Amino acid sequence: MCLFRDMMSYFPEEVLEHVFDFLTSHRDRNAVSLVCKSWYSLERFSREKVFIGNCYAVNPERLIARFPRVRSLTLKGKPHFADFNLVPHDWGGDVYPWIEAMTKNGINLEELRLKRMLVSDESLELLAKSFPNFKSLVLVSCEGFTTDGLAAIASNCRFLRELDLQENEVDDRKGHWLSCFPDSCTSLVSLNFACLKGEVNVAALERLVARCHNLRSLRVNHAVPLEALQKILVKAPQINDLGTGSFVHDPDSETSKKMKNTLENCKSVRSLSGFLDVNPHCLPAVYPICTDLTSLNLSYAPGIYSNELIKLICHCKKLERLWILDTIGDKGLGAVASTCKELQELRVFPSDLYGADNAAAVTEEGLVSISAGCPKLNSLLYFCQQMTNAALITVAKNCPNFIRFRLCTLNPVIPDAVTNLPLDEGFGAIVQSCKGLKRLSVSGRLTDQVFLYIGMYAEQLEMLSIAFAGDSDKGMLYVLNGCKKLKKLEIRDSPFGNAALLSDMGKYETMRSLWMSSCEVTYGACKTLAEKMPTLNVEIINEGEDQVEASSSPDARHRVEKMYLYRTLVGPRRDAPDFVWTL
Amino acid sequence: MEGYTRKEDGSPQLLDLIPREREWVAKRAADEKSHGLSGERKLELSLGPPTGDWTIVTDDKNNKPSSQNAPLESLHYSFGYFQTPGALKPSLPWQQQQMKAPSFLHLQSVMNEPSQPCNNRVEQGAAADQKKGFSAAPANINTAVPNSQKRTAPSPVVGWPPIRSFRKNLASGNSSKLSSESPDADPGKDSGSKPAENGSSRPFVKINMDGIPIGRKIDLKAYHSYEKLSYAVDELFRDLLAAQSESCVGETKDRENGGKGIGGLLDGSGEYTLVYEDNEGDRMLVGDVPWHMFVSTVKRLRVLKSSELPKLSRGSKLAGKLCS
Repeated sequence: MCLFRDMMSYFPEEVLEHVFDFLTSHRDRNAVSLVCKSWYSLERFSREKVFIGNCYAVNPERLIARFPRVRSLTLKGKPHFADFNLVPHDWGGDVYPWIEAMTKNGINLEELRLKRMLVSDESLELLAKSFPNFKSLVLVSCEGFTTDGLAAIASNCRFLRELDLQENEVDDRKGHWLSCFPDSCTSLVSLNFACLKGEVNVAALERLVARCHNLRSLRVNHAVPLEALQKILVKAPQINDLGTGSFVHDPDSETSKKMKNTLENCKSVRSLSGFLDVNPHCLPAVYPICTDLTSLNLSYAPGIYSNELIKLICHCKKLERLWILDTIGDKGLGAVASTCKELQELRVFPSDLYGADNAAAVTEEGLVSISAGCPKLNSLLYFCQQMTNAALITVAKNCPNFIRFRLCTLNPVIPDAVTNLPLDEGFGAIVQSCKGLKRLSVSGRLTDQVFLYIGMYAEQLEMLSIAFAGDSDKGMLYVLNGCKKLKKLEIRDSPFGNAALLSDMGKYETMRSLWMSSCEVTYGACKTLAEKMPTLNVEIINEGEDQVEASSSPDARHRVEKMYLYRTLVGPRRDAPDFVWTL
Repeated sequence: MEGYTRKEDGSPQLLDLIPREREWVAKRAADEKSHGLSGERKLELSLGPPTGDWTIVTDDKNNKPSSQNAPLESLHYSFGYFQTPGALKPSLPWQQQQMKAPSFLHLQSVMNEPSQPCNNRVEQGAAADQKKGFSAAPANINTAVPNSQKRTAPSPVVGWPPIRSFRKNLASGNSSKLSSESPDADPGKDSGSKPAENGSSRPFVKINMDGIPIGRKIDLKAYHSYEKLSYAVDELFRDLLAAQSESCVGETKDRENGGKGIGGLLDGSGEYTLVYEDNEGDRMLVGDVPWHMFVSTVKRLRVLKSSELPKLSRGSKLAGKLCS
């Protein structure tokens, strides 16, 4: 110990700070801050990037108190199942208090990344006007703002480098927000407005792109037609990441030929997405850039069928990431497997949700081909018509490197398509083989057995999503007892109840959050948990037909429809709407 | 979807079980072992043949499947999961049906086991509304049974499959029109999404013509301009129009008209004019907006007689007249 102290005092603070500069991962920084008081103090003054996985785990005041020099903030709001309409829109996660607090305390904010937060135009205006060095705004799955808010950002952020809007619900006022970028703005590196629904001033966009020589990433919305995109690309041949808008034109026309030529000139494009509206016959225009493509996202284009997709993908030998619709079919996935040997991430989304056209779907065959052909595969999201244990076992053998494995059968309780048994064995093989698995979503007919396997083998698992699975509390207990690194657990429509919930209450302090909906937990058990664990916020979402009168206290045996609990340093939140009760 | 393939027949077959299933549960509860294994076997052994008539069968049939299914059961519960797929494939199609039953019934039987707290709720839940996803499946399946043999999935469960609203808009092209209000908080609504305006469009839109009861469908993606569309419409309906005027008695249109072709659709100069219904339900004149924008907002097309144009404001009345 004495030796340690001597060694540590040998290094002046400046040196330590310099060393800490190399630590970029927030986990490393968190670890470093726990070593001793002087390191804690040094680290907190030097930390510029802060990641807050649950905005209600702390509050703005504590953030600012501990990290006064924060320049980049990442915040996440609603629980993941909010993506699937399981959480009411006004549940919370408003970013305004954070922006306000940072403004008042003179924080030099440069970067803000938000996910599933409520973002109002007022927030965006305050943001735009308060931070003169603001450079980067990334909004993912957020809502509550309009194009007026974007206009404020465009007008006021003089050094804006990045405006990245991913899958947000934006009320498009059809204003000219793009035109609000002043002529002096030349700093843009990344602009993504693919999720906007309204018209944009295409001429203004062209001028903007022309003067931003450092532009690397451009993703436009469907209102930007092919002709306009072609003209824009002429001004930005250095582009790295392209998201097309509407890709519809007469393939024999001059415009299409020009597009092909322009794309041939864009030798740096490595990532391609968009095709929000596409004429498949226009696709050959992109063949020139396919050879060096590492990332391809065609998952917003339902009009392209398997054969055309295969023709396109055959050109993409260096692909590392592919997002596609299930219209590709098993046959198409076979083509991917033979062509894309560098593939690391695959996402196959459903194109037809109502089972009317079973021809457009993938099965276990496609997945097996991919696993055989793409040994580097480590991340999967797969929506399929059916699955078998045998296939999953094969996949597990072929690809032991999975970090993320999310399988979603369109029928949530479908058993093995060949044997009719539950899919326990298949998922068991996955967790046993993939020792680095961090994220897992299971589906199909599953008993408690699969959870036994998960608890036993999934040692690195951090996030687990369960739906319509399990037989009894044992299932959930296997997971809680076994998965030591579990951070997020979300469960819906499964028969897990009070015994499982209350067996190890301390476990929840080691996790970020737990979501349980349509399970068997009762009001009484939730209340008990809340009372015993003051460091947790146990929230009940009380709405719909399940709604209990606010004045009356529900019966302890009353089953809770939606419960969301999370660890927190700051007690019950004060902005909870009426229908959210913090017990 | 015709034909009896393994992939598709599973659920509908099993769906037929549900009305009967309660009888089985009651019976099974009597000779109770709470462990699903033996219960399963009993249920499975008592099933009838696959083709519809779910009556209790005699012991003759029972003996045959039991011996063959037993090893499967033990495999299922054994720890080793590296079993060869081949071993699990049954030899007889009838056998196949027998095996399908247990896992589904296992689900049902689990739900009704007295030891499970979810028991009571499910009994009520089966008849209850669609929001409780877990019990929604049987409730929905009950209603779905008479309708569709081709569906492999039960009717939509809230929030399943788990994709963001953004993506649901894309897929809505093939389904009946989704409600297009602003996103709402009611989890009872399946989509809760804004009007599909992400540039997605169905490949085919309906096109009807005044005076012709049968409509056509065209693939807008195949045409890249209004001119081409106009030409296509002409081709589609010219013959039909001619046929129509031949068979009409007292119709003043002469054969020449049909043979000559349908011109002036876009500029109002011809006898007919092309209009369309957009994603907001409004009747619009074709030709005002850029082609790509038109393609992304058009929902259906109509060819109206130009003389009818002033009456466009009385949309509903006209719609009634035109709908085929």
